[in-house]
Amino acid sequence: MSHHIIEVTDLHHTYPDGTVALRGLSFRIVHGEAVALVGANGAGKSTLLLHLNGCLTPMAGTVRIGDFPLTRKTLPHVRRTVGMVFQDPDDQLFMPLVYDDVAFGPRNLGLPVEEVRGRVMSALATVGAAHLRDRPSHRLSAGEKRAVAIATVLAMSPSILVMDEPTASLDPGTRRQLIQLLVGFEHTKIIATHDLDMAFDLCSRVIVLNDGRITADGPTGAILTDEALLRASNLERPFRLQGCPVCSAASATR
Amino acid sequence: MALYRAGRGSDRLPARRFLETFTVASPGASALDIRYLDIISSRDTSIHRLDPRAKLLTTLAYIVAVASFDKYTVTGLVPFVIYPVVLIALGDVPVAYLLRKAMLAAPFALFVGIFNPLFDREVLLHVGSVPISGGWASFLSIMLRFTLTVTSALLLVATTGFNGVCVALEKLGAPKAFVVQLLFLYRYLFVLGDEATRLTRARSLRTFDGRGMGIRVFGSLAGQLLLRTLDRARRIYLAMLCRGFDGEVRQAGSLRFSKGDLVYTVWWLGLFILLRVYDITHLAGSVVMGLAG
Amino acid sequence: MHMADALMSPAVGGTMWAATAGLTVYSARKLKQEIDDRKVPLMGVLGAFVFSAQMINFTIPATGSSGHLGGGMILAILLGPHAAFLAMASILTVQALFFADGGLLALGCNIFNLGFFPCFVAYPLIYKPIAGDRPTEGRILAGALASAVLGLQVGAFGVVLETFFSGLTALPFGTFVLLMQPIHLAIGIVEGVVTALVVILVWKARPEIVEMAGPSRAVAAGSWRGVLAGLLALAVITGGALSWFASAYPDGLEWAMFRTSGKEELEAPGGEVHSVLAQLQQWTAFLPDYGFKAEEVPTASKEGPKRDAAKHSPAERWPAVSAETSVAGVVGSGITLAVAGLIGFGLKGRWRSRR
Repeated sequence: MSHHIIEVTDLHHTYPDGTVALRGLSFRIVHGEAVALVGANGAGKSTLLLHLNGCLTPMAGTVRIGDFPLTRKTLPHVRRTVGMVFQDPDDQLFMPLVYDDVAFGPRNLGLPVEEVRGRVMSALATVGAAHLRDRPSHRLSAGEKRAVAIATVLAMSPSILVMDEPTASLDPGTRRQLIQLLVGFEHTKIIATHDLDMAFDLCSRVIVLNDGRITADGPTGAILTDEALLRASNLERPFRLQGCPVCSAASATR
Repeated sequence: MALYRAGRGSDRLPARRFLETFTVASPGASALDIRYLDIISSRDTSIHRLDPRAKLLTTLAYIVAVASFDKYTVTGLVPFVIYPVVLIALGDVPVAYLLRKAMLAAPFALFVGIFNPLFDREVLLHVGSVPISGGWASFLSIMLRFTLTVTSALLLVATTGFNGVCVALEKLGAPKAFVVQLLFLYRYLFVLGDEATRLTRARSLRTFDGRGMGIRVFGSLAGQLLLRTLDRARRIYLAMLCRGFDGEVRQAGSLRFSKGDLVYTVWWLGLFILLRVYDITHLAGSVVMGLAG
Repeated sequence: MHMADALMSPAVGGTMWAATAGLTVYSARKLKQEIDDRKVPLMGVLGAFVFSAQMINFTIPATGSSGHLGGGMILAILLGPHAAFLAMASILTVQALFFADGGLLALGCNIFNLGFFPCFVAYPLIYKPIAGDRPTEGRILAGALASAVLGLQVGAFGVVLETFFSGLTALPFGTFVLLMQPIHLAIGIVEGVVTALVVILVWKARPEIVEMAGPSRAVAAGSWRGVLAGLLALAVITGGALSWFASAYPDGLEWAMFRTSGKEELEAPGGEVHSVLAQLQQWTAFLPDYGFKAEEVPTASKEGPKRDAAKHSPAERWPAVSAETSVAGVVGSGITLAVAGLIGFGLKGRWRSRR
């Protein structure tokens, strides 16, 4: 279906203070793909993500979400199709109660009360936070906040899910639960992350950004094993692909 | 499938919290203080379950009744202690905590009130053979009023919660923009309190001369905090836009004023009027004196 | 500077509540007309910022005492008057509810003193003309200082008026003023300096932020006419209020005279002062309920009898007070408190067993 295709053509962006963030990006993502966006800090990942749902406008180049080029008129539709989960859940949970936060999107869509309720409960159930419905946001733990943040986006029934560093500062157990949750999503997923092991688990394709340009775009297996490429972009192989320190120490002493 | 560990943000009564309510105002301590009151307010008692409008209206009526007494009234005020007492009992509110918070707010009333005995020295009455000047009578009256009004205000939040008060305000006619502002402020109090704590702690760990923070340092610290706040505001706005924000913050929330709420309100209002008009204290005292003498 | 309910009368509290409520509705409506919905999250978060910043104490140089930020001016500069007023009102509401810092009945007064004066008077009439659309460091400092000092002076005077009108204090008007104003002058200077420091820092990093408050419409940047207009308005209000007080409460003035001249009453000069004040009061009378009462004992107003009663004998002051009834009062108080306590414990016990 065409309305799940993201097409970015020669995207340029410069910030008001003069920093050049994106220097001509082009790529195409189809329905159901899970793409990891990796790169050093300052490579332009967050900037690119903000273009995908119209939070930033390109200086040059185009962004197309499905049938719609990103313009002021198509913005509301695009925002319904592309759900963005921000890095800091506190930026995303601004209503008094969890229920209100998850209901914020559906209510803005003008849905009737019963439908809003249905969407909220199903979104919360998906992330396993149904019992947090009446909790004030400031009384959630970090993991709970992240779960609810994802639910706030899910409630709008987007077809494309964009996430900025979803596993940052999560403890290992919570992280593992999040990965398992995301694996189950059928949405198109675009995830900016430093967590290369999660990228390895979750994503079939990797786009590497370096200094505002795409330096690589291909299957996960190929890219995340290419040491030279990764090191050039200030990255390294996922930890699980690096030699096991315990075994290699043991074999060295043998 | 659960996606989190059971939160640590809920109910806790560590000794640390107790100590922190005594320390000099710091962002962390105050945030903790609010957090504690916030937790108390979400308990489940018969008082907590009442409609917030009933509690708000009764509290306001109470304060007006107490404030409406004459300058030198002391005994007339005493029966009014029944309202906070009942709320504390039925609402399971910790008394020591409540009184401690009340005492922290005393300075203004004390500072102004203490001048009364200085300026108003005419002897007003005698208790037995002890002369009491008008100044002391009015001072006592002020301190009584203070205790009564402050505890009732704190009890409002303790039994209703901030969200409840905001909903009550909106239903009673407060402008939407103001209520939304209250809710946003409350939501981000904790976040910013934490950030402020981190900044002040970082600074104090690098300060060795034992003096307090100077104005220049405060200026740059507050400036940093403000810059971060502005960044955060921009990100929140983006997050709101991404979920379809069009300028209006929509909230559901229906309140139903039940029979119990009506009884509650009418009962207290009636009692306040009765106590305001009739000095029960004097009556009780006279009866006892009559019986004794 | 936050007023407590203990010193508030329902009349004063109610009046200020009405004024504040009106201002709140007005501000909310004005905010709706501005299409900038960026302000919605910004107001909330800035309110939280000011609230948190107020918790950080700093030491004031040369005195060693600790101070903290007020924040009204910073809010006005960053948000414009209407949004800043609502933000300040929300901060004071939270303080009243959670810290009992300011009473609920007195909340109207507090929002008026600490919200209306900085946001709707000091900011547009003093800061904006000085700092204006093309601010420099010096202008920001001058503007912040002037507006903070004057705003706080008027605010402090508001506190004096409201406390005095409530009639629960025995502090004479003159003494109260002499206590409040100098203290708040010092506080105002510190506030102005700190405000300037913070605003300059932010303005250097994000110059566009300061423009968010909106263009100055009524008063052109650099126009001193606006400043003068503002100061004149303040002077007239203050002068009118002072004269009216002096005329309605001649004993306060007499006390001041007694202290300075050693005489209980001043004959001719006093009379002349009175007539001059009477004239002034007639020009600037803005609360027509309170008539000009010079020598006769006021009987209508609630505060009147109590103030003048200080000179009369105890028996006249509080009718039907005798030794017996006062002992009964004490005994009765004890009984009442005991009964209340018993009711409390009884309810608590019953509630617990029902759980």
